[in-house]
Amino acid sequence: MRRREFLKKAGVGLAASLVLGPAVVRAQAGPVIRVAGDSTAVGEGGRWMKEMVEAWGKKTGTRVEYIDSPADTNDRLALYQQYWAAKSPDVDVYMIDVIWPGIVAPHALDLKGYFSEAELKEFFPRIVQNNTIRGKLTSIPFFTDAGILYYRTDLLQKYGYKSPPRTWAELEQMAQKVMEGERRAGNRDFFGFVFQGKPYEGLTCDALEWIYSHKGGRIIEPDGTISVNNGRAALALNTVRRYVGTIAPQGVTSYAEEEARNVWQQGNALFMRNWPYAYALGQAEGSPIRGKFAVTVLPKAPPTPPTPPPWRLAAYGLRLQPLPQGGRGLGQVPGLLRGAEGQRRAPFPASHPARPLHRPGRFGQKPLVP
Amino acid sequence: MLTQRQVRLAWLLVLPTLLVVVLVAGYPLAQVFYWSFFKADIAFVEPPVFVGLENYRFLLQDPDFRQSLWNTLKFTVISVGLETLLGLAIALVIHSNFRGRGLVRTAILIPWAIPTVVSAKMWQWMLHDVYGVINVIGVKLGLLSQKVAFLARPELILPSIIAVDVWKTTPFMALLLLAGLQLIPEELYEAASIDGATRWQQFWTITLPLLTPALVVALIFRTLDALRVFDVIFVMSGANPATRSLAIYNRQTLIDFQDLGYGSAISVAILALIFVFVILYMRTIGKEALK
Repeated sequence: MRRREFLKKAGVGLAASLVLGPAVVRAQAGPVIRVAGDSTAVGEGGRWMKEMVEAWGKKTGTRVEYIDSPADTNDRLALYQQYWAAKSPDVDVYMIDVIWPGIVAPHALDLKGYFSEAELKEFFPRIVQNNTIRGKLTSIPFFTDAGILYYRTDLLQKYGYKSPPRTWAELEQMAQKVMEGERRAGNRDFFGFVFQGKPYEGLTCDALEWIYSHKGGRIIEPDGTISVNNGRAALALNTVRRYVGTIAPQGVTSYAEEEARNVWQQGNALFMRNWPYAYALGQAEGSPIRGKFAVTVLPKAPPTPPTPPPWRLAAYGLRLQPLPQGGRGLGQVPGLLRGAEGQRRAPFPASHPARPLHRPGRFGQKPLVP
Repeated sequence: MLTQRQVRLAWLLVLPTLLVVVLVAGYPLAQVFYWSFFKADIAFVEPPVFVGLENYRFLLQDPDFRQSLWNTLKFTVISVGLETLLGLAIALVIHSNFRGRGLVRTAILIPWAIPTVVSAKMWQWMLHDVYGVINVIGVKLGLLSQKVAFLARPELILPSIIAVDVWKTTPFMALLLLAGLQLIPEELYEAASIDGATRWQQFWTITLPLLTPALVVALIFRTLDALRVFDVIFVMSGANPATRSLAIYNRQTLIDFQDLGYGSAISVAILALIFVFVILYMRTIGKEALK
């Protein structure tokens, strides 16, 4: 009896949605713009982007749909590559990583026609250059991202350090001392340093930073030569290898960014290498390390003369899916791309904008990097 | 003897099924074979080049392929072996009469009912080296002297993943074997008891021989599944070479590296491997059992 009632109700529900669905579609005419963006499972970025896209849709009267994505960026790329190879019309706008333009180029729309020279000049020229493949502007800069060193201000002070480490050797010494002290004081789970050690794209970023900061080149040089097989690169990798199981947990080789952040945010690490997204989460209400940490540039290798900070500047761009002739009109979409970068600043004190004019320091916020 | 008309009718009746098989299995399979002879890249819109057996030649000397093959075989033999033994034990227990049997039979299926991706993620968190509950409990109870990085130490990752697979799949094995047990007539046991056979003798001379058909089916199912294992390993350790299975390596080649030609060759290799196992089963235990 109950089962039959349930079936009846379920049946009614299904029928109603079949009728209602198209009715809703008809009420709001016009094409649906589908935007595939950041994952809502990592930090605040995805949720925020979804809200931004929906707000834009409301403002411009465009029907939008936000398409969530896998947390690991390489899984995201794998998924999108299938869409692109199949020339899928299901997504109109993709958020892409800084290293993808070469892969994206054959499938992307040239955005040159939608933006004026002056508009493009506002962005960091290197990113626009990066996004331009054989004269085709594959995407519009959205935000920049870079590996940074998070450190616990309270603990450095407690152990008598005045400033965060400037070299990898300093980092290792500090990590060792603080870790031993904290463990003696009772926190057996305390570690010196966490980073991304899982075999995935994040580890590639980390490794590039270690190698570059040890003057071991960039794995592949701009002229195409493969340079990674050199003594300084080996030194860099061996140094970090030594960290695993000493100042870093043994499990670090299974950590992506979120596993590292979870250890860090529980207050169980002195240093963390991560992207800026972890800043807002660490300072959020209820976070055990709220107000107890700061960020700085990643260390360098001694004894080298001053080098530029070993940043791998990652940038995310937005690209448009080319549509078949006579397809759904793109209409307002360049407007979304145009406004997106500016809006990204506000909720993210630690996110780097893609336009130099919008560097946080100029807006009266505390500069992220001293 | 069938008349010609009957034969024609039989073919007509089977035809729709055959068509469906050809469409959904035969065609994609033929495509995979076809592409395995090409150098074809999905990422670049360049025309594919016919390379003959080049992909297969590379396969034979590819250390990554060999490592993945070895991982897959280790995973298959150990996990299926443990699942069969444990499944048989559980099936024997829940086959006997006791109070609350229905509840136990249902409860035992819970791990099997949870989607693999969900349970693998759950176990990944539980096995985390710093905040994982298994480490916390293990240290508190004194079972572990210090927290263990189950998913990072090369010698522990595969055993950890196998343990998760055994946890998940043993109920399935138990269920299949229970169905087999229920087909064995009670009278045989009664007669054996009257003749003075011990429980142990009954197990070896009645239960096991009569259970063999169910056992073979269960083994084939599980072995074929395990040879194609993807989800549990991919969620727990990604493309880590220490645990990468053939299916993961195949996906990496096809999707991450966009190498349609070599990826197809790996697919064919997986197919061949499964084929070898099926033949082995059919030739050995399956011959009498499946008659």
